[in-house]
Amino acid sequence: MSTIKHKNNSPPLIRMSQVSKFFGKFQVLKRISLDVKLGEKMVICGPSGASKSILIRCINQLESHQQGKIYINGTELDDSSSSAKLVRQNVGMVFQNFNLFPHLTVLENLTLGPIRARKFSKADAQDVAMRYLERVKIPEQAYKYPRQLSGGQQQRVAIARSLCMEPKIMLFDEPTSALDPEMINEVLEVMSELADNGMTMICVTHEMAFARRVADTMVFMDHGKILEKGSAEIFFESPKSERCKAFLKKIQRY
Amino acid sequence: MWVHRKFVGFSKVRIICLIIAVLLLSGCSDQWGWYVVNPSTESGRDNLYFLLSGFYYTILLSLTAISISIITGLLIALLGLSDNKFLRTVNRTYVEIVRSVPVLVLILWVYYGLPQLADIQINVFWAGVLALALSDSAFEAEIFRAGVQSVNKGQYEAAKSVGLSYLDTMRYVILPQAVRRILPALGNQLVYMLKMSSLVSVIGMPELTRKANELVVVEYRSLEIYTILVLEYLVLILIVSSAVRWLERRWKN
Ligand SMILES: Nc1ncnc2c1ncn2[C@@H]1O[C@H](COP(=O)(O)OP(=O)(O)OP(=O)(O)O)[C@@H](O)[C@H]1O
Ligand SMILES: [Mg+2]
Repeated sequence: MSTIKHKNNSPPLIRMSQVSKFFGKFQVLKRISLDVKLGEKMVICGPSGASKSILIRCINQLESHQQGKIYINGTELDDSSSSAKLVRQNVGMVFQNFNLFPHLTVLENLTLGPIRARKFSKADAQDVAMRYLERVKIPEQAYKYPRQLSGGQQQRVAIARSLCMEPKIMLFDEPTSALDPEMINEVLEVMSELADNGMTMICVTHEMAFARRVADTMVFMDHGKILEKGSAEIFFESPKSERCKAFLKKIQRY
Repeated sequence: MWVHRKFVGFSKVRIICLIIAVLLLSGCSDQWGWYVVNPSTESGRDNLYFLLSGFYYTILLSLTAISISIITGLLIALLGLSDNKFLRTVNRTYVEIVRSVPVLVLILWVYYGLPQLADIQINVFWAGVLALALSDSAFEAEIFRAGVQSVNKGQYEAAKSVGLSYLDTMRYVILPQAVRRILPALGNQLVYMLKMSSLVSVIGMPELTRKANELVVVEYRSLEIYTILVLEYLVLILIVSSAVRWLERRWKN
């Protein structure tokens, strides 16, 4: 599936360089370095507590890091408002628990960001919203409230909500792990289509069939460290570390 | 749930009808002198009108005061929710001080004390509004703080991830959810406010209680007149609380 040719001269869309994060004395990220190029699809896996969530949340500044540097499009993130703007313009995020706004309709969920942050007119925002609702295949749900939808539909709305900000990269934090089994595929399908259309993605997931299908790069984490990182073929054929082998074996049994 | 609510509504109405019936019947006995408010006599009508006209200031005073206290309470709550330790301390200090002072004392202090302190003129109405709003704002602040804190942390993260500023996040995402949850508490505060407004009678505000006091001085029929006063508050507050419940039900959807 990895047919995208990466341009060598442009800076990576995301670069993390020696990033460390602490909660008090407890170090949860240990000198993390990684690059994500435009169009690249990266899947991160690893056992619970490995700091997968923390890692991707550092990229869109939901968590702060104490050491190292994070760059978006070659610009280093700090706590200035221009950094916040850079994140907002480039990075979309989909959460495990959807985090839709329950008091707003699906359409309002989608248009709030474009209207307030991108200064779209209401009509323009609605056009964009309907376009992305069609992309996630639920335009007919536009006027319902989130609680009237199934989990799978809610997560697709959440994906559309992120897409309405037209980000360059989408972050997914276990987007299917709160879903009933019969709804997982409809979400993975939408994500695969996004990937096929060239969206850059970092996805934390344990859905290995999905990973095999879309990932260019696989990352295996444990205890706040990246233990293994490489092209998807090599990762699945011949994982190097014992811990990674054991982990893959364990999750693929199910 | 539905059956329960219906039952409560029924019994409340029945109890009130019972009270009114007892009062009307008791007017026939020798000790009671319902003639003071007998609508079929000219003086009774005048007295009744005099008492009822107190509604105007009771309602105006309470609504003005609660509007002000909701706004100040919200601002004070936002201080308490801030990351800044100094602002949180300001919030705690304000809430603790204001909550510790009895409303009546606040009314006296604002009306008699404040003009000397600040060298300003303040009329009875605004002194009452200020004192009631001040007192209530501490409670509103605590209600708003609890309401905002009850909203899931994921909502802030989602709002941030679609690029909303802090103020937009509060305005469009957090407060609408918080207000729905605290509506019953806000309704209770309005009921308290209506009742507390009777204290402003001590500085001469012609609201329900003051009017009743004035009429008692003229007519010497305290039992009947104060009974009317009780009924006035009862009716007012029952109407307000059912309106709040109606709103609450509507907002649930
Ligand atoms: N606010 C916090 N304070 C202290 N420690 C935290 C905090 N949030 C997370 N941690 C710790 O950081 C570590 C990594 O957490 P993280 O949520 O990133 O793990 P994860 O790999 O996403 O796990 P899971 O698969 O369960 O989602 C865990 O050990 C967790 O206990
Ligand atoms: Mg996680």
